[in-house]
Order: sequence, then structure tokens, then C-alpha cells
Amino acid sequence: MTTLPGEPQGPAGQATDVLRVEHIAKSYGAVTALTDVNLRLAKGEVLGLLGDNGAGKSTLIKILCGFQPPTAGRILLNGQEVTLRSVDHARSLGIDCVYQDLALVNQLSIYHNMFLNREKVRGPLLSNRTMRRLARQYLDEMGIDIPSVDADVAQLSGGQRQAIAVARAVYSNAKILLLDEPLAAMGAKEAAIILDQVRELKEKGDVSVIIIAHNYGQALEICDRINLLQHGEITLDKPSAQTSVAELNDIVMAEYRRALEQRQAAEGRGNGSAAG
Amino acid sequence: MSETVQRAPGVAGGGPAETPGPGGVRRAGIFLMRQREATVFLVVILLIIYFGVINSTGRSVFFTHAALLNLSVVAAPIMIIAYGEVLLLICGEIDLSVGFIYVFAPYVMYYFVHYYSVPSVLGLILAVLVVGGGIGWLNGFLTVTLRLPSFITTLGTGFVLSGLTLTLAHGEQAPIPPSLVSFGKWIGSQNNFADIIWAVILLAVFQVLLRNTRWGLHTIAVGGNALGAREAGVNINRIKYGNFMLTGLLGAFTGVMIAFQDNVIDTFAGGAAYQPMFYAVAAAVIGGTAMLGGSGTIVGAFLGGAVLAILTNGFEVIGISAYPLQIFFGGAILAAMIANVQLARLRGEGRVR
Repeated sequence: MTTLPGEPQGPAGQATDVLRVEHIAKSYGAVTALTDVNLRLAKGEVLGLLGDNGAGKSTLIKILCGFQPPTAGRILLNGQEVTLRSVDHARSLGIDCVYQDLALVNQLSIYHNMFLNREKVRGPLLSNRTMRRLARQYLDEMGIDIPSVDADVAQLSGGQRQAIAVARAVYSNAKILLLDEPLAAMGAKEAAIILDQVRELKEKGDVSVIIIAHNYGQALEICDRINLLQHGEITLDKPSAQTSVAELNDIVMAEYRRALEQRQAAEGRGNGSAAG
Repeated sequence: MSETVQRAPGVAGGGPAETPGPGGVRRAGIFLMRQREATVFLVVILLIIYFGVINSTGRSVFFTHAALLNLSVVAAPIMIIAYGEVLLLICGEIDLSVGFIYVFAPYVMYYFVHYYSVPSVLGLILAVLVVGGGIGWLNGFLTVTLRLPSFITTLGTGFVLSGLTLTLAHGEQAPIPPSLVSFGKWIGSQNNFADIIWAVILLAVFQVLLRNTRWGLHTIAVGGNALGAREAGVNINRIKYGNFMLTGLLGAFTGVMIAFQDNVIDTFAGGAAYQPMFYAVAAAVIGGTAMLGGSGTIVGAFLGGAVLAILTNGFEVIGISAYPLQIFFGGAILAAMIANVQLARLRGEGRVR
């Protein structure tokens, strides 16, 4: 009997955290992507995972969605340790990831995409009517404005595509939703669709979300809490209200300066001009 | 259906701006590209009118019983093999060996019934299942598991099968087992319409398979976005294996059909077996199956097969030289492919829906 996320049933009983990551490390041969990551996600919380390119965000997400195992450390779902064997296994435990590429099939209609591999069937045949009706209902419930679920997803804008992918994950009963850069390459109008969607999830309260983001302002806007990932470790963990774009920028810039100094020192040209 | 697709103005993040009113010719061109089956259907009608009415000089030779029987015999094999090729082309693969599957299967039937005394109809069914399913599985194994490009896989298995057939048959024809002669006329015959009836039955079966089952949906997903399909949990390997096997089964069935048509089992030595495969791929392409993966239709393959068969037959019955025939074939393939590719391009730019 697998434990489904949602109810705290950890041994200590203190677990309101649906997800807890303890001392996760990941190396690829000689390259260390994650050194020691500790992270917790409370029920109904929206956590922003920030960090530079190469900080290890994607590595961490891939571990959490079952795509690859960590080298060390453990993952607890509702207080119980789990080993995520595959993406399907993670999904069966209620962890679903919306990949950056969205995993949508351009040649299929919106409702077929929303039910891809979870199709409603009547005997051997697809129950298109049921899927069409449910897709319409889900999109309406989430306030996603799309005129027809019969349209091919190829005809949608970036924001609409993202919204469809999120809706698909939410209605496949995900309790923990991992959004990989949902706002990357998106205009303000499109980003608004996603931000709205996340806000709605927050109001419902039974889905917890981890959002990977680049834009500090947007992240602070929608996330309850911010974790900053730098060189394979969480270096900042604060509620959004207690930090600011300026603070995050300072931390990251300080790191840049350190890196720059080290580099110049190593090249033997560090003549004190590094601090700009 | 596409009328319901219009997006209301002012939707947040609405798609690319509409290009202002394309010219009438352009619009007509886009319409024809989009309604592919309708377009090919129109071509079929025009060809029938051309050969059946305009060239009939008073008495229509095109619509005689004999000519229609011949049409059935020519069209059905192309169509049936094309259904399989459509499934493979949609998921990004191709089968060049299917012509040799169809040469091999009736020999195996002959050996089963003649040498191993398998009851006749059972021998037929077993031969189709073993040869079609087996070679299809092998094509899947080489392509999916050993990761060869299917073009090379099936080129290789095709040659192997051809050699195997010639070796086993000592290059000679084999007779239809006598116990199968009366049953055989329900599979394929030059004296009734069994062939085309099978083509229509299988049209219905495969149209439903592609459009109304999870299998069909996943086939499109695998060809349209393999990574995405995998992320959604679709078993890509299973889909590809399955479609190779379905194509093999259709090829084997067609081979048995041809044997009953010709009333003899032939080796089709010297690469002649490539012809039905090429015609089938041509039919799929003319019917609107892009070789880019993710799109294609069974009805289109049926109509594409009809175009090829009517052209072949038409030239024959009106008695003019058949030399230029393949110019028309080639032209039809190129025109269809231009439409496929340009439509995909316009779709990508968001100018056509």
C-alpha cells in the first residue's frame, strides 16, 4: 500500500511537509551538480527555486520527478522515505512535473493532449465526448480562456500551451507540482495566465508547487517562500515577504564577484581591480 | 470542424496576428491543402470522369464489368499495404520490406499445407500470422531495440527475404494447394470483387484504429513529439514494434491475396516485389501523409491507392500508350508532397490552421 501525499502520517506526526529533501547530492562522474541540498515543501505552499544556470536546479527537479536517482541523501513524502524509481512511479505517488518543453503534441487536439496516456475509453474506443467535456470543464474551472478544446495545440500561444500542460498535470491528480521555468520566454500577458493559474492552485490549497524561475520579481510575486540554489546548495531560505529582489541580486552578484576574483587570481592578473 | 477553431479576439496571449486577407488563389490553395482527403477525392472523381466519360467515345470501356474487376485487382493490394505504411510513416518509420513479406507469405502457406499437412485455412492464417508478425517483429527489433534507421533495417530484411524465398522455392512458382482453391476466391480473385471488399473492410478497421483508439492516438503522439510522448508515459517502443507488426500482417495478407488472384504462387524475382511497396508509399503520400511524422490518414491512403489504380487501369482500357504513366505517378507524388510540406510550414508559421 503506497502512501498518498495529502495526509501527514509520518512517524513523528509533526510532518505538515508534503515533501522533504535531506542531504541530496548528485555527481556525474567527476562533476558534482548538487553537494548537499536540504529542502522542504509544506502542503499548499508555492516554493520558488531560484538560482543561476548551472546551479543545479534542473538536476534537482529531475531527481524529484523520478527521472534520475540522487547519488546520496533521501526524499520523504509525507514523512515517509521513498525511492523514486521512474517518472511513472513518481507520478503514481502524486508528483508531476511540467517540463520546459511541455510534452505537448502539436498534431493533436487540446483535449487529446490533456488526456494523453490517461485517455477516457469506452471499451476499446476513445470516449472523445467525455474527454472533450472534461477538458472544457477543467479549463473553465482553472479560468483558462481557450475558445475550443478541438483546436490543435499547434495553434495556441506559448502561455496557452503552458496553461494546458499545467492543467493536465493538476487534473491527473498531482499533489506536488514541479514547474520547470514556466515563465521563460514568455511575454507579460502570457506570464499572467500562468501566474493566475498558480494563484488559483494556492487558493484551493491541496496542491503544493515548486517553481523554477529566473526572474526574481515574478517569483517573489507568486511564491510563498524562496529558496536560492547556488553551487549545489541552498544558500537562502526565506518567506517571500522577508526578502527582496535587491537582496537576491546582492547575493548572486557577490558570488559573481567572488568567481571573478578567483579567476583573476588564478590567472595571475589579480591586481586589485576586480571589485568594480 | 475547423470553423469551431477560431479564436476570439482579445484572448490573453492570443496567437500570432492574422495575415490580412490572402488572395483568392492563395486562399483556394490553402483550402485544398487543408482538406486533403477532399482534394484527393476530387482527383479520383475527375480521373473517373476523364477515363469513364470523356474518353469513352460512346461506349464506356471503363465501366465494363471486366474493367472494374481489373481495377479491384490492381487497387486493393496498393491500398491495403498503404494502410500499414501510413501507421509507420506517422510514427516516423517506413517499411521497405513489405513487398518481400508478401512474396514470402504464400510460399510459407504452401509449405504449411502441402508439406506439413496443416488444415488448409488454418495454414493460411498461420502463414499470415507467422510471416507478417514475425518479420514485422524483426523489423521492430532491429529498428527500435538495435536502433537502426528503419529505411536500412527494412532494406536489409527485404533483400534477405527475397533471397530466402528464391532459395526455398528454387526460383520456381508453386501451385495453390488444391484444398484452398475454393476458399481462396473469398480472399482474392480476378472474377469477383473480393479484393476491393477486403480493402474497404480494412479501410474501416484501420481508420477506426488510427482515429478512435488509444493506439492510434499514441502513434500520432510518438511521431509528433517523441520526447513529449515519453514524458507523458507513452511506451514508444511498443507502439513502433506494433506498427511494424501490423504492416507485416497486412503485407502477408496481401501476398496471399495476390497468390489467389494469380492462381499461382510466384517468386517475383528480380526486385519486382519492390513495386507494390513503392506504390503503397506513393498512395500514402498522395493521400496526405507527410513523411515528417505525426500526420497522415487512412482514408487518404485509400484514395491515393485509387488514384494510382485508376491511372494504371485507365491507360490500359482506353488503349493508349502506358509509357508516360509513371510521369503522372511521379507528378502526383511530388505535387502531394509539396502540399504536405508547405502546409506544415504554413501551420508552423501560424498562418493556416
